[in-house]
Amino acid sequence: MTRYAMVIDTLVCIGCGDCVTACKAENQMPDGLTRDWVVEKTTGEYPNLSTEFRSERCNHCSHATCVYVCPTGASHYWRDTNIVLVDGGKCTGCKACIASCPYDARLIMHPEGYVDKCTFCHHRVEKGLDPACVSTCPTHCMYFGVLDDPASEVSRLLRTRNYKTLLQETGNQPNVYYLT
Amino acid sequence: MKRREFLKTSAFIGAGAIAAPVLMGGCASGVRRPGNGEVTVSPTICDICFWKCAGLVYKDDGRPWKVVGNPNDLHSRGRLCTRGTSGLGAYEDRDRLKTPLLRVDDNGEQSFKSVTWDEALDYIAAKLQKLAADHGPEKLALFSHGSGGGHFRHLLKAFGSNSYVAPSFAQCRGAREVAFKLTYGEGIGSPDRTDMEHSRCIALIGSHLGENLHNSQVQTFATALHNKAKLITVDPRFSVAAGKSDYWLPIKPGTDIALLLAWMHVLIYEDLYDHDYVKRYSHGFSALKEHVEHFTPEWAYPITTIPAAQIRESAHVMAANAPATLVHPGRHVAWYGDDTQRLRAVAILNALLGSWGKPGGYYMQEKVNLPKYPVPEYPKITARVQDANKGKYPEAYAGVSTAMFDASIGPDALYKAWIVYGTNLPLTVPGVVGRLQEAVDSLDLLVAIDIQPAEITGYADVVLPECTYLERYDTLRNSAEKQPSLALRMPAFKPKYDTKPGWWIAKQLGERLGLGEYFPWQDYKEVLEWQLKQVGSSLAEMQKIGLKTFPRKTPLYFSEGEDIEFNTPTGKIELYSTQLAKLGFDPLPKYTVHQEPQPGYYRLNYGRAPAHTFGRTQNNKYLFEIMPENVVWVHPRVAREWGLENGRYVKLKNQDGVESNHIRVRVTERIRPDSVFLAHGFGHTAAGLRLANGRGADDTSLITNIQHDPIMGASGMRANFVTFVEEEV
Repeated sequence: MTRYAMVIDTLVCIGCGDCVTACKAENQMPDGLTRDWVVEKTTGEYPNLSTEFRSERCNHCSHATCVYVCPTGASHYWRDTNIVLVDGGKCTGCKACIASCPYDARLIMHPEGYVDKCTFCHHRVEKGLDPACVSTCPTHCMYFGVLDDPASEVSRLLRTRNYKTLLQETGNQPNVYYLT
Repeated sequence: MKRREFLKTSAFIGAGAIAAPVLMGGCASGVRRPGNGEVTVSPTICDICFWKCAGLVYKDDGRPWKVVGNPNDLHSRGRLCTRGTSGLGAYEDRDRLKTPLLRVDDNGEQSFKSVTWDEALDYIAAKLQKLAADHGPEKLALFSHGSGGGHFRHLLKAFGSNSYVAPSFAQCRGAREVAFKLTYGEGIGSPDRTDMEHSRCIALIGSHLGENLHNSQVQTFATALHNKAKLITVDPRFSVAAGKSDYWLPIKPGTDIALLLAWMHVLIYEDLYDHDYVKRYSHGFSALKEHVEHFTPEWAYPITTIPAAQIRESAHVMAANAPATLVHPGRHVAWYGDDTQRLRAVAILNALLGSWGKPGGYYMQEKVNLPKYPVPEYPKITARVQDANKGKYPEAYAGVSTAMFDASIGPDALYKAWIVYGTNLPLTVPGVVGRLQEAVDSLDLLVAIDIQPAEITGYADVVLPECTYLERYDTLRNSAEKQPSLALRMPAFKPKYDTKPGWWIAKQLGERLGLGEYFPWQDYKEVLEWQLKQVGSSLAEMQKIGLKTFPRKTPLYFSEGEDIEFNTPTGKIELYSTQLAKLGFDPLPKYTVHQEPQPGYYRLNYGRAPAHTFGRTQNNKYLFEIMPENVVWVHPRVAREWGLENGRYVKLKNQDGVESNHIRVRVTERIRPDSVFLAHGFGHTAAGLRLANGRGADDTSLITNIQHDPIMGASGMRANFVTFVEEEV
């Protein structure tokens, strides 16, 4: 399996939401639905404070519970990668994947009748482009690449910087990394 | 992914004009893939804010798809911001103005009637001709903000008036421009000439970069963060930038000048300033030295609440990284009425650090020498826009909007007709909500030209619907920048509804006013073609590439030890301002005490949110989705005292009894207990803006105590205080 990873530098992210609107435009998302979102977490007391912004989305887990629970095979890995997609034609809308996703990364329902989610912009990835959010971010705080390639920028960052993933304890092996 | 691959694709877009169908291998996964149809690309200049980023509009099988940055553009660097990325929302807005509207009176019942363009334009022309005949053409004033304004400035001057005003002067960055002109002989300009990508240290004085999303400012700021430049942020609020800072100085609001003077004191009395630079280029150092002698950090501490040690340490960091230390000039600086003096202090501090003209500080801008399309000379006009100031504000080199309001009321008014282009005055100019009605009652004619039924259109006699930036040609963008460049805005789509481009509206009015010789083109493309030919390009070329860069002819920075003649009376950087001395103002900045809140009141701080531009974008459905309304930031202690709950609505009431619309409370540690904060631009009252109407609170209407800067007329807005009023259920 080729593992694609997204690495997001929280020390640079300003929480502007451009990743959200870029995704919305690129993927022509219906009104009211977004595949990514920004979380702000402030800790401490005035004036000893710290704020972390995180651009969040599907973690394209190497062990994706949504893929394993899907009764129809609609949730699947794209080609031989960790990119998790939903085949709209096979999705019955049973919502097992929504319940099983620890990141709440699945939209309730696309108006065309299937559960929708981030695709890591696989339609761009197969053309050698970064996902729309990464290529639009005005702070260049987002990186995308192949984790198995030690020469990739994402590998280099994870070798040289402190990072975390979200809900590591679920065993889902998420592939969105946050530099801290 | 490597960036090289991205650029390669972009280069294809640029060179190939665009289009070859992109065939994708079906839809094996069952998920529809965007860009599956015939993809076409055309250039634009974004108009969602006034940074004017060059962009590319993508269509998929002729349907609007997305707008992205032009990779060759220094304003966008290939990446549009949150708002620019949502540009299609302006085009798609179902609430757009759709036809010209004329105010009609039916037995005392006023309403707007849809009329044809001919009816609307004839009506305006008749009114203006009568105005010129009865009172003179100089009685016409233009309020404008935005890139289409040039067409109407041209019309105004041809008609015989010089009176145009942009709120960006008195309500925004005017004090900064004046202060730097007084000091260096030149202003900062827009885009700001800050060289943050090379800065080793940046000090922000209340500037909330990141929330204020001026594209290349934020991108170069982010570059500085990537480069681990030292960041010092002075802000009473734990802003996004404060959260990225090495030093956050949570200053007591209104005391910035005390801090700036103390920093100067440390640099001078600890001998940390740039001796050679100061000696070579500046005037008045010894006077400055004497002036700041007693302004020690210990003096500043009780005023600012910033401990002396922190003031010293941050000054040391600035000095250690000089001249690549940028004391940032900010942008919206109309705060307390002594704004020119505060920005003078910023300018002086930069001079002590030797950063003006140096990498990491301020660079020298250059634009393209682009000839104007030949038209007859404008009529000679003696009336000046400054006449409205009635002898006040001697350094106001541009119109002061609050003074223009005052000069438009009453029988002896200087102005009897307004054209308001893309400027939503009620949510822009503070303290004018009542004045606006008075002005409107006094004016013979108010024409509003806009793309949406903003509040100002409700005051107009005639409303002209412009098409959006995605549907029109406009003047070429020729911004002074690091690299001179020209950028083209061209229509990606046909104008929706019965809307027209600004250039067409101006020409039609011009012809009806007998000024046809000033508009000798049938189509604005002729103007663009002619101008582009003069600089060795063509419209056809620009339609393909969107943006063309030109070589610099002047240096970007000062060279080592170079002799420079500054455009000031002494030819030097004026630490001591001979011009201010001559005008009777303090030639060196002084700290003045500002008003404090009464018990139970909190200082009203306001600012930008990255998802919105002023009050212009709240009805854009994409931006509405990520920020539908603003919230009022309240410190937890204050929330406890008042029993305010996170997420609950309250109303704000200011010191003069003005009440806001309801607004949700955000209880957060990120605000000082003596202040509240809300994002500007919300609380719309225009029923035609169906998404934005009634959402959140309008800060501008709460700003009724305006501290006018006596030097240049800035509307200081930060001496306003609010308390909480429970919402009636």
